[in-house]
Amino acid sequence: MATMIKLPETIEDTVVNLLRLANTKLPVDIGWALESAAMWERNPIAYSQMGAIMDNVKKAEVLGRPMCQDTGIPIFYVRGRFDSTIAGDIERGVARATREIPMRPNTVDPITRKNPGNNLGKGMPIIHYIPTDDDFTEITVVLKGAGSENMTHLAMLNPADGVEGIEKFVVDTVLDAGGRPCPPGIVGVGIGGTSDECVAMAKRALLRKLDEENPDPELQKMEEELFIKLNSSGLGPMGLGGDTTVLAVKINTAYCHTASLPVAVNIGCWATRRASVRITDGGVEYAQGVTL
Amino acid sequence: MRTVRVPMSRDTAESLKLGEVISITGTVITGRDEMHMRAIEYTDEGKPVPKEINNSVLYHCGPIMVREGDKWKVIAAGPTTSSRMNKLEPEIIRRFSIRAIIGKGGMSQEVLDAMKEVGCVYLAATGGTAVSLAEGLSRVTGVEWEDLGMAEAMWKFSAENLGPLIVAMDAHGNSLYEDVRKNLVRD
Repeated sequence: MATMIKLPETIEDTVVNLLRLANTKLPVDIGWALESAAMWERNPIAYSQMGAIMDNVKKAEVLGRPMCQDTGIPIFYVRGRFDSTIAGDIERGVARATREIPMRPNTVDPITRKNPGNNLGKGMPIIHYIPTDDDFTEITVVLKGAGSENMTHLAMLNPADGVEGIEKFVVDTVLDAGGRPCPPGIVGVGIGGTSDECVAMAKRALLRKLDEENPDPELQKMEEELFIKLNSSGLGPMGLGGDTTVLAVKINTAYCHTASLPVAVNIGCWATRRASVRITDGGVEYAQGVTL
Repeated sequence: MRTVRVPMSRDTAESLKLGEVISITGTVITGRDEMHMRAIEYTDEGKPVPKEINNSVLYHCGPIMVREGDKWKVIAAGPTTSSRMNKLEPEIIRRFSIRAIIGKGGMSQEVLDAMKEVGCVYLAATGGTAVSLAEGLSRVTGVEWEDLGMAEAMWKFSAENLGPLIVAMDAHGNSLYEDVRKNLVRD
């Protein structure tokens, strides 16, 4: 497909801007969730942790600095109309953003642990493609640090385990992770699909705005039940105790094999940094929450 | 908020109470997986290691640093997940008489035992608050083992009111994380 859009900025520039936005400005819906959670928090240590978080969020935005030193691994989702050159544009954008924002060089060879210094390397950055007939190109990025990403779990449950088994697995995964994934954050859950698709769905769930209801009423109910269970656990911010363990639970589902019940949990820290941009003939529009 | 000065005596470390909120002023060094491995490897082989490790306040942190002329500037410096260092930390604490560890998420019973033996505390920094914590580390005094990369190198700071930090594991075998874990409600 030919490039039919005349851009006010190159896609490489757009990717740098997108990474800067994600790194320096917490999405408004997550900020609101933190503020409102602080209002019901009764534990003084927990309250102090949330105060420290909000203080840091404001400083990062004002100073234009990454809110967390673990600028993570950027995961991109490209949707709409695009051609194969977009991968190169995104790669160049990541390398430039690493120098200019700056982001911490995090990618290493898994065996030798050699670091190229630019957040690239074999298989990096991760880009998912969703072609559609829309008249725009939309690029979404989510940045996840290793603290939360290392807590990811997949379970191939038995169909007989049912909803009870699913909920037990989610609760155990979050509580066993303790303070390591920097709670309070977002719990992304994938249910169904195949093993690989299930894990991908759990991560995609972290992109959804926290104040957006699940379109499926059954799943909405399950999200609310898990939210209450997890916030009644006592784990609290940073695992130091308190009433605020999660800001939201988000579930994605897909049909699965009749003999399978895959469940995946991907925890997003409080600083689940996301941003998206929609490129059209008319211009470039940035936002910080998207449903894929 | 009590300000604790470094160098920290064993008595001072032992006087810190579980749940107390403090800040740190004085020398702070960073160290993660690679720094821990190298410190053990070098001392095993009789090679010298930076003297600042002894009796140190060791921060589990891989900061974002930029070079400005011949100086380093800290951009963001929040804590990393401490449990990754669980296996190596007891040996590090004993070998170098570490006085305080700053990190997030807490550490294992084996680490807590070593802390009690040596007189060392674990201070919880709020995960992700990298800009606020960098303010307390604005004086960069040097870097060792830079070949390990920005995140893994051993950075040296002269900290000023680095905090707030919560005494989450004390020098007497108590852990706030363990108290929370024991009382978790799972249904």
